[in-house]
Amino acid sequence: MNPVVTNPPITNPPVATPFFFYLLAATMIIGGILVITRKNAIHSAMALITALLAQAGLYLMLYAPFVAGVQIILYAGGIMVLFLFVIMLINLERNMKERQFNKQWLVGIVAAAALGGLFITVYTTATRGKPLFPEGRVIYADGQNTQAIAALLFDRSTGQYMFAFEIASLLLLVAIIGAVVMAKKRI
Amino acid sequence: MNEFLQQYVFSYLDTKGLTPGGAGNIFWATVYILLVFGGLSVAVIAMNWLERKILAHMQVRLGPMRVGPHGLLQPIADAIKLLLKEDIIPAEADKIIFWIAPFIVVLAAFTVFVVVPFGPTHAITDMNIGILFMLGVSSLSVLGIVTAGWASNSHYPLIGALRSSAQMVSYEVAMGLAVVSAIMMTSLETGTGTLSMIGIVQAQQAQGVWFVFKFFPLGLIAFGMFAIAMVAETNRAPFDLPEAESELTAGFHTEYSGFRWSLFFLAEYSAMIAVSSIAVTLWLGGWLRPFPGVHGPSIAIPHIWPPADPAAPTGALDFVFALCPGISFLLLGAMCFYNVQRMPKHPLFKIQTMGLAGFGAVLGLIGLIMFLPPVRDRVEDIFWFSAKVAGFMYLYIWYRGTFPRYRFDQLMKVGWKVLLPTGLALLILTAIVGMHADLWAQITGGGQ
Repeated sequence: MNPVVTNPPITNPPVATPFFFYLLAATMIIGGILVITRKNAIHSAMALITALLAQAGLYLMLYAPFVAGVQIILYAGGIMVLFLFVIMLINLERNMKERQFNKQWLVGIVAAAALGGLFITVYTTATRGKPLFPEGRVIYADGQNTQAIAALLFDRSTGQYMFAFEIASLLLLVAIIGAVVMAKKRI
Repeated sequence: MNEFLQQYVFSYLDTKGLTPGGAGNIFWATVYILLVFGGLSVAVIAMNWLERKILAHMQVRLGPMRVGPHGLLQPIADAIKLLLKEDIIPAEADKIIFWIAPFIVVLAAFTVFVVVPFGPTHAITDMNIGILFMLGVSSLSVLGIVTAGWASNSHYPLIGALRSSAQMVSYEVAMGLAVVSAIMMTSLETGTGTLSMIGIVQAQQAQGVWFVFKFFPLGLIAFGMFAIAMVAETNRAPFDLPEAESELTAGFHTEYSGFRWSLFFLAEYSAMIAVSSIAVTLWLGGWLRPFPGVHGPSIAIPHIWPPADPAAPTGALDFVFALCPGISFLLLGAMCFYNVQRMPKHPLFKIQTMGLAGFGAVLGLIGLIMFLPPVRDRVEDIFWFSAKVAGFMYLYIWYRGTFPRYRFDQLMKVGWKVLLPTGLALLILTAIVGMHADLWAQITGGGQ
């Protein structure tokens, strides 16, 4: 492994303040609600992009910049562009007139109540006697996140997820080839 | 107040080798953000004038000549016209999305400059994921283009937006592969690669070679791939199909007018500067001057040379290169005065002649200020970075004046059937050569 380079001591307040957390979390929740309530599919897609970007911000708050960067490139920049691409080609006029929600109110309420109960339980038990947010800023060495991920994936001694990673990428490759085969009549 | 000054304003000046973001200093980070924003806006205005002038001269025309001497005030007149123009939103257009689309494009184009390294300390901040951040955020601008085309509720914009998204998504792949091969080169000799923009330039400094010449011709091929892909990414000629005026009037921004159109314009040019700075950082040594390893004999001139920083090199060649920023501004000023003397002697041109002389005097004054040792030592890196980016800007104009536009199927063919396989082969070759760098040095006779 590389020699650990330590940053100079930083006396500023931490970046991961409750303010930013609540801001990002609120953005995500509002974005998520808009995704399911908008009738226009493009508006839904835009709301989803907002939610995904806020999620990237949450990853940054967890000091995982690499994951945040990949989140922006893959989801917000890649997948959502293809979503928009497809949505633009379908006829939105008909979708606008359809009823959006199905009638399974009972199941929905039970599921929402269970999830809400779980959240409240976690919130109350985990924070008992402790502050919800860390007091100071954790100072990581330079390049910690990116290189830690690389070491977990590829390093000879610590690379324990290499096999799973390669299997996942093979699966993606199969999906790509399958899509091409199904889409083209003659290859 | 005094405490604030101590903590925020002066404490950063004592830290050495840290960007404001790295030092966590909000005050100086804000100053840098304003400086970069202002500099970028001036650069876009200058590019507007230069592009029209250079294209005109390539086509044996004069270009703008009426507003100000040699049309120097033309961009300002254009800006005023755009701001005063009626702002039309088409009937049946999706108003909210039509509103926010230009802002998405502008935000994406400007946000990437957070990590652009104008010098070892002259960046707003240095992120561990610098290049990834730049690629990611600049890929968001396609969202703005797509939604702009869709929200206009019109045929040409929609086709332009579809073309644009297909084109940008395709060329992002080739771009990414070229970037990865350069990032792999940063891990040589130290064993640890880096994604940080400042770290990439420092790796080139440590290895004593710009990555464009590394593993010749592998670095050069990667650079060439990036240089092609970046023109397609910014929707510029010869890949400007999303706004091909002969087929689509103006493509995705056909329905935009006034202020919102100017936002698209601003975003296009700042995106060009952004991708050029990626290319400069990754392959052309960022802020490093040409031949950074050659210093020449040490010399000393009282009060002038060597610089105050004891770690700085003291060679004669370093001194000559340190004078370059001032000399180039003096040359620009001299050019203005040469043209002052060539201006028509008619009394109607008196104000214009005086204006040009004043402009030349300002440029000369800036050049003289850049000779002062404290300024000289701080602007040299910014100067070399900007000069390299300016070279790319000229290339963009040159392409536009030279190449005919591609057809869409040709564009896709180049992207997927030429650049993608080349990029994959290049990636594998760079990895193999990088693992056996000693062997490579023997084969190529010790050269890089």
